[in-house]
Amino acid sequence: MSTNKPSNNNFTIKIANVNGTGSASANGLLMKSLFRLGIPVVGKNYFPSNIQGLPTWYEIRASEKGYLARSGRVDVMIAMNAETYQKDLHSVTPGGILIYDSTWPRNKQLQRDDITVIGVPLSKMCNENFPSARARILMKNVVYVGVVAALLDIDLDVIRSLLNETFAKKVSLLDGNQLAIDLGYNYAKEHFSCPLPYTAKVIDRPGKGTDIMIDGNTAAGLGAVYAGATVCAWYPITPSTSLIEGYKKYCEVTRKDPDTGKNNYCIVQAEDELAAMGMVLGAGWNGARAFTSTSGPGVSLMSEFLGYGYFAEIPAVLFNVQRCGPSTGMPTRTQQSDILSSAYASHGDTRHVCLFPADPEESFYMSANAFDLAEHLQTPILVLSDLDIGMNDWLSPELTWDENYQPDRGQVLTKEQLEEMAVFHRYVDRSGDGIAPRTLPGTHPRGAYFTRGSGHNMYGAYTEDANEYQEVVDRLMVKWNTAKGLVPQPITIGSGNAIGFISIGSCDHAVREARDELAESGISADYMRVRAFPFSQDVQDFLDAHEKIYVVEQNRDSQLKSLMRLELKLDDSKTQSILHYNGLPMTPGFVIDAVNADLSRGEAA
Amino acid sequence: MSFMKKPKVRHPGLPRNDLGLTVRDYEGGMSTLCAGCGHDAITGAIVQAAHELSIPPHGFAKLSGIGCSSKTPAYFLGASHGFNSCHGRMPSVATGANAANRDLHYIGVSGDGDSLSIGFGQFAHAMRRNVNMLYLVENNGVYGLTKGQFSASADIGSTAKKGEENLQPPIDPCQAALTLGASFVARSFSGDKDQLVPLLKAGFQHNGFGMIDIISPCVTFNDHEGSTKSYSYSRQHFHKAISADFVPPSETIKAQYSEGESMPIELHDGSKIVLRKVDGAYDPTDKAAAAIYLRERQSAGEITTGLLYINEAQPEMHDLAGSSDIPLNQIPYERLNPGSDMLKKIQSRMR
Repeated sequence: MSTNKPSNNNFTIKIANVNGTGSASANGLLMKSLFRLGIPVVGKNYFPSNIQGLPTWYEIRASEKGYLARSGRVDVMIAMNAETYQKDLHSVTPGGILIYDSTWPRNKQLQRDDITVIGVPLSKMCNENFPSARARILMKNVVYVGVVAALLDIDLDVIRSLLNETFAKKVSLLDGNQLAIDLGYNYAKEHFSCPLPYTAKVIDRPGKGTDIMIDGNTAAGLGAVYAGATVCAWYPITPSTSLIEGYKKYCEVTRKDPDTGKNNYCIVQAEDELAAMGMVLGAGWNGARAFTSTSGPGVSLMSEFLGYGYFAEIPAVLFNVQRCGPSTGMPTRTQQSDILSSAYASHGDTRHVCLFPADPEESFYMSANAFDLAEHLQTPILVLSDLDIGMNDWLSPELTWDENYQPDRGQVLTKEQLEEMAVFHRYVDRSGDGIAPRTLPGTHPRGAYFTRGSGHNMYGAYTEDANEYQEVVDRLMVKWNTAKGLVPQPITIGSGNAIGFISIGSCDHAVREARDELAESGISADYMRVRAFPFSQDVQDFLDAHEKIYVVEQNRDSQLKSLMRLELKLDDSKTQSILHYNGLPMTPGFVIDAVNADLSRGEAA
Repeated sequence: MSFMKKPKVRHPGLPRNDLGLTVRDYEGGMSTLCAGCGHDAITGAIVQAAHELSIPPHGFAKLSGIGCSSKTPAYFLGASHGFNSCHGRMPSVATGANAANRDLHYIGVSGDGDSLSIGFGQFAHAMRRNVNMLYLVENNGVYGLTKGQFSASADIGSTAKKGEENLQPPIDPCQAALTLGASFVARSFSGDKDQLVPLLKAGFQHNGFGMIDIISPCVTFNDHEGSTKSYSYSRQHFHKAISADFVPPSETIKAQYSEGESMPIELHDGSKIVLRKVDGAYDPTDKAAAAIYLRERQSAGEITTGLLYINEAQPEMHDLAGSSDIPLNQIPYERLNPGSDMLKKIQSRMR
């Protein structure tokens, strides 16, 4: 859909606004009304690292086929921010529409002949109809929802029922919002030819009525609740904070003991990320399922403890909701630039199991799975999503939970087992999979051991002995190989083609869509999405089986490719990176253009 | 930190506690610290206090950071789980461990470098949260393992072994603890077991963050003339504000102190700590007065010791969080799983 014209149920609306003016709820209303019609929809928020007064954009893509990547086009632009007007005008796709507030004159020097500009006196209407200064600001946003409803012929009953639900407990606000919708709707009907050639139509499709709208952070937080996580330690950082908020919200609903009224969870807001990771290790060591959530700068701070967790073999789950680096970078923009720093976080020969969800649905299931892996493997598990997955609103299939699920708590010796043992040694691997049974404090005096990040032998005792030390780090590699068979396996689509895409995480929707479009133009490719590190044999096989490999990822330094080069046999002569790293989510068009450019280069040569 | 097995010699006459255990059951591995190290005396006091309290050894969890002091958990409570963490990071690990299981007795062992420099932030915030643990600062004013640099507790004008003079003001862990929210603040001297053991026992039984600053001379790098953390300096300048006796719940307080001098304070488990005021004006329940007193004595060149502050009513981390009384690591999954119907219900609001 990246190059075609908009059509029924296939269009992109972008709203340019100033942050702190209350546009989020209006934009949510618009998006959800499309969702209620049954149209697959995704809402992406491009917001500043700021509280009030800076430019912010919200982009709603409707896609009947269910493509949820950034489309890269703007069919309807609602330009509410004078400061960015010029930029917003330029970003409209030829043939598109721009709506602006005509209360004030717009800069006539800014013209485009290839788009339709619609002026709606939003401020004037609000000033005439709403008495309070606050309502006049907020309601401008709701009025443009009414305008768009008229242009796209959105069923007003759907919007009304959403307003009724939203303001069920604040009836006083209901009338004002309804009035604002009507003002915009009627103005558009009177002054423009409505509807547009393309509209939002009710559709029926599998999943309609059961699908949900959810962001990845909420889904991952909910996954932690279902996994049975009881200890959460964290430090606020964009874009991961809402993951903790999600966990907290659902703990408050589901984890208050009905008998005692007390909390079957404990959330500690730590003094920094170092402390957050220390708390998670302390709790994991003590037998609670524990996790933290952070982003790049936090992972840097947590690195010392991640190495500790790896070497002392303590279960922990870390969600890394990636943002733009390096350094502070762009905290409110997306990237996949922590792949290498997460995989090998900390000094020494350290390596971590990483999971790479592609969307909110997978964030939920991988969240739960991460706790099983952490306890089974007795090691920190890093779940790498990103701002696009974590903070944007995605259409998602309904999440389900298997009633028969039992957590994999790993090998933990009970009091009874310890009673029967003559002696317990912490790091003795009897099963050959590199995993040694552990004990929890307070279980039995025989289970006691001294956990340390310093050199230790298989008995858990301090050592500086060459052989004893090496025995332990070699066993950790045995465990690493065990992990290859336990982590989520890659997902492959297609087979037998000479060209293969390899991609990761939130690139998924853009790559799938690009692949479909390329196929229509006669270029067929197979596609493998890597879902975990360490890589399984399947990834090597895929690399070997294709004559041309495109590794698609959202960072400058081809980190996924680098990781594969380090860990697998990768032929550079046939492997081409497609790299998107400007902070915006990647579009399918970007992938298509890159492939076409590469193939035409090949032909020229 | 080599782990040498200590020979278990059981003298038939060794006194047994209420659990039938002797002091040997509370010992750990052989110390590898320098002979005469103050830390070893503290280790001995911990062993004695734990034994006398009749808490099963595996009812403790011992945690530490990095440094000479942080090695010592290997030398006591060999039947307890230990956690030798990263430098300055023990408080966070202890906080998380406590979050997972509120039923164990947590003892954190740290030093002046570990707590007052690299780990000052974590030290402060564990106190602010009033994490239920006993936290020892084995304070010798010097970085021993890296061979003799000044720490943040070195006094102005004290000299290093090679003569270098410290010009920066010291951080007093007790004054910091009073300011930052610890609910039990004490100071003692590694060489004064009579004072230290009752303080340790009271600290273990205290419900909240107990901090004991223990002056513990470094015989190798800081026990010379010119050091204010040496054995001789410490013995000369110690000023007991208050003496403490620990009375287990089963024993009644002997009325051996005249009224006005003694001050029994009940701990949450019913045990009591009886305080004898050496200085009649001292009130260890008055935080503001304690802070002023500490500063005054410090100006007079004295190191005030004893139980300096106690507040048994201050809620600890779990009380503030409203956590389950059952340790979180012991709640069965069935009670943690909201179930598939609840997941449906939650999602009904996402459409």
